[in-house]
Amino acid sequence: MEELGKRAMAGDIRAASRLIRNIEDDIPETTKAIKHIFPYTGKAHVVGITGSPGAGKSTITDQLIFTMRQREKTVGVLAVDPTSPFTGGALLGDRIRMLRHAEDKGVFVRSLATRGAMGGLSKAVGDGIHVLDVMGKDIILVETVGVGQQEVDIINHAHTVIVVLVPGMGDEVQAIKAGLMEIADIFVINKADKDGARKLYKETLNMLNSGNFPNGWRPPILMLESSLEPHSFAASVEKLCDKIDEHYKHLVERHQLKERAIRKVITEMNDALRAAILEPVLSELAATGEFDFMVEKLLSKETDPYSLAEEISKKYLNK
Amino acid sequence: MADRKIRILLAKPGLDGHDRGARVLARTFRDAGFEVIYTGCHQTPEQIVGAAIQEDVDMVGLSCLSGAHRYLFPAVAQQLQEQGADDITVVGGGIIPEQDMQPLYDAGLKALFTPGATLDSIVDWINENIKPRD
Amino acid sequence: MFTEELLDKSSTMRKKWEDEVKKTVAKHADQKEKWTTVSDLEIKRLYGPEDIKNMDFEKDIGYPGQYPYLRGNQVTGYRGKYWTFRMFAGMGSAEETNQRWHYLLNSGQTGLSTAFDFPTLMGYDTDSPKARGECGKCGVAIDTIDDFFTLIKGIPLANITTSMTINPPATALWAMYCAAAEIQGIPLTKIGGTIQNDMLKEFIAQKTLMCPPEPSVKLISDTVEFGTKYVPRWNTISISGYHIREAGATAVQELAFTLRDGMEYVEDVIARKGLHVDEFAPRLSFFFNSHIDFFEEIAKLRAARRIWAKAMRERYGSTDERSWWMRFHTQTAGCSLTAQQPYNNVIRTATEALAAILGGTQSLHTNSLDEVLCLPSDHAVQIALRTQQIIAEETGVVNTIDPLAGSYFVEALTNEMEEKAWDYIHKIDDMGGMVKAIEKGFPQMEISDAAYKYQRQIDSGEKIMIGINKYNTDEDVEIPFLEIDDSVEKEQIERLNAVRRKRDSRKVRECLDDIRTACKKGENVMPYCIEAVKSYCSVQEICDVYREVYGEYRDPGMY
Repeated sequence: MEELGKRAMAGDIRAASRLIRNIEDDIPETTKAIKHIFPYTGKAHVVGITGSPGAGKSTITDQLIFTMRQREKTVGVLAVDPTSPFTGGALLGDRIRMLRHAEDKGVFVRSLATRGAMGGLSKAVGDGIHVLDVMGKDIILVETVGVGQQEVDIINHAHTVIVVLVPGMGDEVQAIKAGLMEIADIFVINKADKDGARKLYKETLNMLNSGNFPNGWRPPILMLESSLEPHSFAASVEKLCDKIDEHYKHLVERHQLKERAIRKVITEMNDALRAAILEPVLSELAATGEFDFMVEKLLSKETDPYSLAEEISKKYLNK
Repeated sequence: MADRKIRILLAKPGLDGHDRGARVLARTFRDAGFEVIYTGCHQTPEQIVGAAIQEDVDMVGLSCLSGAHRYLFPAVAQQLQEQGADDITVVGGGIIPEQDMQPLYDAGLKALFTPGATLDSIVDWINENIKPRD
Repeated sequence: MFTEELLDKSSTMRKKWEDEVKKTVAKHADQKEKWTTVSDLEIKRLYGPEDIKNMDFEKDIGYPGQYPYLRGNQVTGYRGKYWTFRMFAGMGSAEETNQRWHYLLNSGQTGLSTAFDFPTLMGYDTDSPKARGECGKCGVAIDTIDDFFTLIKGIPLANITTSMTINPPATALWAMYCAAAEIQGIPLTKIGGTIQNDMLKEFIAQKTLMCPPEPSVKLISDTVEFGTKYVPRWNTISISGYHIREAGATAVQELAFTLRDGMEYVEDVIARKGLHVDEFAPRLSFFFNSHIDFFEEIAKLRAARRIWAKAMRERYGSTDERSWWMRFHTQTAGCSLTAQQPYNNVIRTATEALAAILGGTQSLHTNSLDEVLCLPSDHAVQIALRTQQIIAEETGVVNTIDPLAGSYFVEALTNEMEEKAWDYIHKIDDMGGMVKAIEKGFPQMEISDAAYKYQRQIDSGEKIMIGINKYNTDEDVEIPFLEIDDSVEKEQIERLNAVRRKRDSRKVRECLDDIRTACKKGENVMPYCIEAVKSYCSVQEICDVYREVYGEYRDPGMY
């Protein structure tokens, strides 16, 4: 398994894609590969793209790939789509917008299904970013699900978060509710040719005007032309690319990269602890049948969840 | 908890846009519990192979109704082989005359589904023959 | 429609009949609970006067050749002239297709219809990397006017109408037809035919894609304007429901989306070109599918005529009755045929052809029994053509006009089709028109849902296809097979290279520059395209200019 990590680092695409698959499928030995590559991570600029479904995230991602390639940067993409809660299957449809890069060796695109994870991402995103990072990708674009749930987890993984809004979808209200306004480093108003784009711009501006920006970065608002007008769309994505670069420069110059890094490692530590401590306990309880027994006891009010938890932590953590 | 899921790439190589079957299958596969990457119409074999490898799929399903399957299907199988990815199963569907079948199997295709194949029979074939690769 | 007295009487009798039905069903249950059309529209056990009591004879039914044209455009029906027997044909090289055309004309066919191969349809030359393996497979390969000359060899352009199924590169192919006529000394006012040239249904259903919707509609308006001014006998758009239906739409969806597409073109030509609706609308033509559900199809076609007449008169203020006529071609449903027991397809096609004729079609293609399997063989094409001839000359269904009018069921179903279609049309209006609806993915998703539902119904046996989910047999039927040899591609590339060597490459560049400038300035591209094809510019070279100026549109993959 460590071998996979080495090969991914050497640029072996099959190894990298296999490694991400193992992360997704939660194959235990995968941690060996991650351990191997971890020291080499942290070089790429991770950019999150979030916003409601139909906002045009994949089309923007596609054009961002194109622009970044023109600027001679290599690009990795993780595109997350929802898993059906009923069948466990998933239709991963983001990639279709990015197919023109399929033959470009400087681009690696991977679709991920949420597989039950909340927060708009897949559990594999954190380590997936590491893999793309050690493959040497300069920029990693992470596209979130966009189902309008609390999609704020992206802030724990990205240096720069782009929030995409479209007129006429009640996005402004939705975005505020979902906490997206707090996590945005750049606002994009897509389909700016649509009625209501000016209004949405003003509302976003008003909201920004009442905010304060302790980090010294006031999120800019960019209007993107419709992708059906390819030339003006390309020009407006050029500007978005400039802003992304500018934001990264800001993080570097103001020594704020560390803050983002701290957030990421704390998230990873939490996840790893959960995987190392909680999950084995849960699976043992399930395997011995104890878990079902506990459920019965709770139902009959013989005990309560807190007492049970204390009992278990005494047993497993020697507390 | 380790949980291998079957991943499938569905693609329409070539220039024909008759995607009714491919789109119906995409939904069917999702409903059968697979993860499906649908790449839409008008793909070259190179694009399909690139996507299949990056997505680490277990199977590539090709749909072609233009008659160009004789070139396009083997091209996908061959390029997967060249990139050391012949462990990815390739299957095809569409209007495939009887006499074209053997050459396609010889080129590495594992199954061919022709008009009239039911959705369930395709899903059953996958469940029996495609195991997520370890 | 009926007197109160009659309705009262009918209601009493109906009550009695319903009681009898209840009793009988209690003893012998019906074979199934729900009886539906192939589009899953529920049909009642019986229709009677009460189902059409709100119809107004003058406004809703009328006479042939009179508004609202429910009963047909022609005052004499099929007595004056049968529909045009127009079989779609094209395969391999231009030479082979030319031979097939002569064969069909000698067999009694009355109009030509061209099938192009996929590279031509998508605006690529045969030597493009994207075209590998496709040359001549599903139609004829045309790269330059050189191929076109071969295609029309011995065809009298002034006396025969030709239909060309071509969409994104329609300007280039039509330019070839016009240029060829000019070179033969036939004035453009004398030639007649149709180019399909309907991009909206491509975005919705068939996915022959090149540029985004808006500039695609612009190019179509160019051809409408050019035709109106210089080629008055040409149908510059064939607004097509056929492909929408084949992609899995219901009959109502086919009807609604096709007619709304037509309205979109009308609105664009009026707005962009400043033409009056009656200057160009008489040359708009339509193309429908005739599926297996007999009465649903008849009702659909009758409703189509009435909706279009109303839309033209009331929505667009047209005063020329020629604009109110919906003229249409019909093709039997390819998706209703089976590869299993292929000879059954003859029966399916005959039934569908009969529906199209009872629906009043003006032109018809009947599918060959082997079309699910391959390109049709000469023999299979002949049976398909004979099917039309038998209906026309033996069955007697043509003796009287619109024989099903006044049937409680057919009129009620026609009304239902129309109502449901208007609901869709208004919904699309509310979205800002068809281009906007397409950008939202609305018609695409409606069709996807219908296709998925239908496939599930076939799988569960709720809907029947003989040979697929009922009365299956294991026997293998050998049918003669037409195959396009892979050598066609090599020879076509050689021909293309020979043309490239011979032509004046400076002139080619100039012509392409002129098209580019016209696109950028928003001028009509047609005159420049005619010059370009005369200078042997290829289909792809012209289309590449469009892609460059307008951008390329890729399948957004909605499912």
